[in-house]
Amino acid sequence: MQSKELKFTTTHEWIKAQGNLGTVGITDHAQSELGDIVYLELPQVGTAVHAGEVFGNIESVKTVSDLIAPTSGEIVEVNEELPETPEMVNEDPYGAGWMVIIKLEDPADLESLMTEEEYQEFIREH
Amino acid sequence: MSAEPTIFERSSPGRMGISWPQPDVPEHPPVEYLGQDNIRSELPLPELTEVDVIRHFTRLSAVNYGVDTGFYPLGSCTMKYSPKINEEIARFPGLSRLHPYQDERISQGILRLLHDMQVFLAEIGGMDAVTLQPAAGAQGEFTALMIFKRHHERVGEGHRRIVIVPDSSHGTNPATAARCGYEIRKAPSGPDGLVDISALAAELSRDVAAVMLTNPNTLGLFETRIVEIAQMVHDAGALLYCDGANMNAVLGIHRPGDAGFDAMHFNLHKTFSAPHGGGGPGSGPVAVKSFLEPYLPVPTVAFEGGRYFLNYNRPESIGRVHSFYGNISVIVKAYAYILNLGPEGLKSASENAILNANYLLKRIAAAYDVPYGERCMHEFVASATRQKAHGVKALDIAKRLMDYGFHPPTIYFPLIVPEALMIEPTETESAETLDAFADAMLAIAKEAQSDPEVVRSAPHVTPVSRLDEAAAARKLELRWDSTGD
Amino acid sequence: MQYIPNTDADRRRMLNSIGVGDVSELFEQVPQPLVLDRLLEVPGPLSEMELGQFMGDLSRQSADLGTYAGFLGAGIYDHYIPSTVHAILGRSEFYTSYTPYQPEISQGNLQAIFEFQTLVCQLTGMEVANASMYDGATALAEAALMASSITGRGEWVVSNCVHPAYRETMRTYAWASGNKLVDAGRSGIITNLAELCSHITGETACVAIQHPNFFGALESLREVEALAHKAGAIFIVCFDPISLGLLKPPGEFNADICVAEGQPLGIPTGFGGPLLGLFACKKRYVRQMPGRLVGATADSAGRRGYTLTLQTREQHIRRERATSNICTNEALNALAAAVYLCTLGKHGLRQVADSCLQKAHYAVKAVSDLPGYEFPFDVPFFKEFVVKSRTPVAELNERLLERKIVGGLDLGKFYSDLAGHMLLCVTERRTRAEIRALVEVLAE
Repeated sequence: MQSKELKFTTTHEWIKAQGNLGTVGITDHAQSELGDIVYLELPQVGTAVHAGEVFGNIESVKTVSDLIAPTSGEIVEVNEELPETPEMVNEDPYGAGWMVIIKLEDPADLESLMTEEEYQEFIREH
Repeated sequence: MSAEPTIFERSSPGRMGISWPQPDVPEHPPVEYLGQDNIRSELPLPELTEVDVIRHFTRLSAVNYGVDTGFYPLGSCTMKYSPKINEEIARFPGLSRLHPYQDERISQGILRLLHDMQVFLAEIGGMDAVTLQPAAGAQGEFTALMIFKRHHERVGEGHRRIVIVPDSSHGTNPATAARCGYEIRKAPSGPDGLVDISALAAELSRDVAAVMLTNPNTLGLFETRIVEIAQMVHDAGALLYCDGANMNAVLGIHRPGDAGFDAMHFNLHKTFSAPHGGGGPGSGPVAVKSFLEPYLPVPTVAFEGGRYFLNYNRPESIGRVHSFYGNISVIVKAYAYILNLGPEGLKSASENAILNANYLLKRIAAAYDVPYGERCMHEFVASATRQKAHGVKALDIAKRLMDYGFHPPTIYFPLIVPEALMIEPTETESAETLDAFADAMLAIAKEAQSDPEVVRSAPHVTPVSRLDEAAAARKLELRWDSTGD
Repeated sequence: MQYIPNTDADRRRMLNSIGVGDVSELFEQVPQPLVLDRLLEVPGPLSEMELGQFMGDLSRQSADLGTYAGFLGAGIYDHYIPSTVHAILGRSEFYTSYTPYQPEISQGNLQAIFEFQTLVCQLTGMEVANASMYDGATALAEAALMASSITGRGEWVVSNCVHPAYRETMRTYAWASGNKLVDAGRSGIITNLAELCSHITGETACVAIQHPNFFGALESLREVEALAHKAGAIFIVCFDPISLGLLKPPGEFNADICVAEGQPLGIPTGFGGPLLGLFACKKRYVRQMPGRLVGATADSAGRRGYTLTLQTREQHIRRERATSNICTNEALNALAAAVYLCTLGKHGLRQVADSCLQKAHYAVKAVSDLPGYEFPFDVPFFKEFVVKSRTPVAELNERLLERKIVGGLDLGKFYSDLAGHMLLCVTERRTRAEIRALVEVLAE
């Protein structure tokens, strides 16, 4: 998956929009910082999520981190395989490591997120 | 040495590890007394001989490193030597083979010991009253915060919902505060490693219930402006708590109560030489100023009319935090330690702990960053930042130290120092041991430049090499299973 | 000075190396007004020999259960400790070690705890057990906190037949955490199911019961389990580890969490501490379980090894969002329990439990023949029982003490409707002669 089509949050999630759906995961930088992922807690299908709020959490050997929703909407699909094979997040964060698909409340909200260049700049500065 | 199989793999049907007397009362089938629905059909415990049990656990002990094996410089843990006489004393029948509910008249010896210990700890901490009940430091913190909470309720300040904790604090501090329903705010440290007073002032409001500090702090630095901090905290109507884990720096030199702390806990298994046990038992007595005394857990040990007794008449108490009176055998060892050392000995312990730490700091600074200057109290924090430039992290250095025969220092704590190595030698180590450790640290620093891979893949000579912690957390095998393996 | 190896010469060398003239220069950062200008007012120093003598004298000022026959239970029990326990616990590689954060040189500790976790699971029929809590009381309080965390509910229902000190501890923890303790449901010396049920609501996080209960009596676990689960609450059972040599374990009653005081497993009565909190639960709740956990894994060469796992739940990583603030626990006592259970094993534990059962029932028969004593509660019991006495309990205990016997608990001190009732305990250590001696004094 080309990361150039993605948008990024300051909390290291990515979202790829296709029509009124957005697939969400965490970035390569995030998985590298977290270390080996051992566990994920993802929401149920049908859960409402809100931009900037916690929608799940991700656990590595050394830390537990919140997953923050990049935008508002409703969870319509969850990567059911991921909790069984959490290492997918490390190995393929933009592909097999996808986490949820959100039905977007307003696709235009994604405009305010960072592009890939902006995100790379962001992680360089922080 | 090959891995020792689990004890269950040694089990063989029909074996038992102890001889048992013949019954001396008439016997009836248990089902007669208990009813069929209450009787278990299977008891899947192992079947072993005494030799099996002794050999197995003896072999396990051989792959375990304790203070009695060697140097154990874990920062903020005070791994000092545990005197063997105290182990013997704690087993005296009149100090150990007692029932907590037995008549107080036949318990005067132990009650006197506990009462005296309350007095000693108050004196050592500069406080007025003590509870010996908390079973560990974290439980001591919990007890103290609940005492604070009760006090605020009593004086009409029950709305206070925030506890301030420095960013260098031990994890138990915020965990404990959260347990008491408080919101945690962080007090940042300044560039000198001490609490940033103006940042703290900005956080102090009428919503703050308490500020929790460690003094000296986890960087091994004494909060020089502590009196000012205490004043600020009190002016804001909040209370000031001292995490006493670092008391080994100030025994007989300084008392937290004199600086304005309202309450503190002690770790008897750190400062007062009781052994750590591989993770307990510990003991975390709490000492408070007199205005908080009514809230101490019930019972306390009192003396009146020529006898010692358990005082349950404490209507303002926060209640109980333990089934009985505390971790008595740990308290006994700490008591014996105090008597053994006496006032000069306690002061000398801290002075030598400080000396050892500063000497080691000087030697280690030859190859490692020591971000907060060249003076410390009883511990200091070095950083492996220089080594990281060669791809060698604090974790790697810790693992490589094992190849040199040392237990590593605490790593990655406090959080405010990158690649932190928190080193506390204690006073019970000789200069030769300190030199040997420093030599090893310097050698590893050289290896980090010349042969980083040997450090990154360490340890090499231990019974097991680096363990796959990710697999442990993913697979979650938390017990032996006859169907597994 | 003892335990400080450095001589004056060593100290001078070290001070020179640092570049100061005196140790006091090293703590100049302590403001002068805060430096103590006198010696601490504590006794000592005593040499080792003097210390031994002094502490020996202090020890002799208390009567211990070696010289007195103890019929006192109520949560702390005089069970026999096999010689293997002290032999292993005396190994300083175990007792002078720290928490095994560096697993490569702590495999002894870690494997012992892994085996302890396994033994607790085998004993209780539960899926997963932790490395220990402080004691039974805090284990129960933490179980209730865990139940609140799982269900999102704030009321803890606990039977009034649970040990008073445990309920008091739960009350303190409930107040601290903003939860509510509902302490109810007793008739005589067993749980009144109808009354317990009346307190279970949609806000109930857990229903907790002790079996055998504080009075030694057996409870109806099946019924309580049904009540708890029907309400969507967590079912917590507090058990007696020795009783599980005979009794059906909590796991077979579908307990979600079970806790216990593990002191009977090779730990001295100790005047009430240190103790051992046993804690086990269903596997699905493992991430909400407080305390340390040891897991099996492999090293880089594929050799089997053990390590602390799920540490992300604990205070040193998760800090304010940790499942508990517990750090130091009771690891050495967990080792004692492991050695105890391995020494006794499948056959031995059953024998211990049976000994207690037989001797306690023998004592009851003997006392029931005496005038002035009644057994008003006809319920099945394990090793403790309640007897009603015409003579005040305090007076009975006075007489017993004169004969070097520690009598039972005066229940009137804890339950006002049970004044004049004594809680007596008979463990496997009590001989027939000691039981007869007790009965003789009661007969007077």
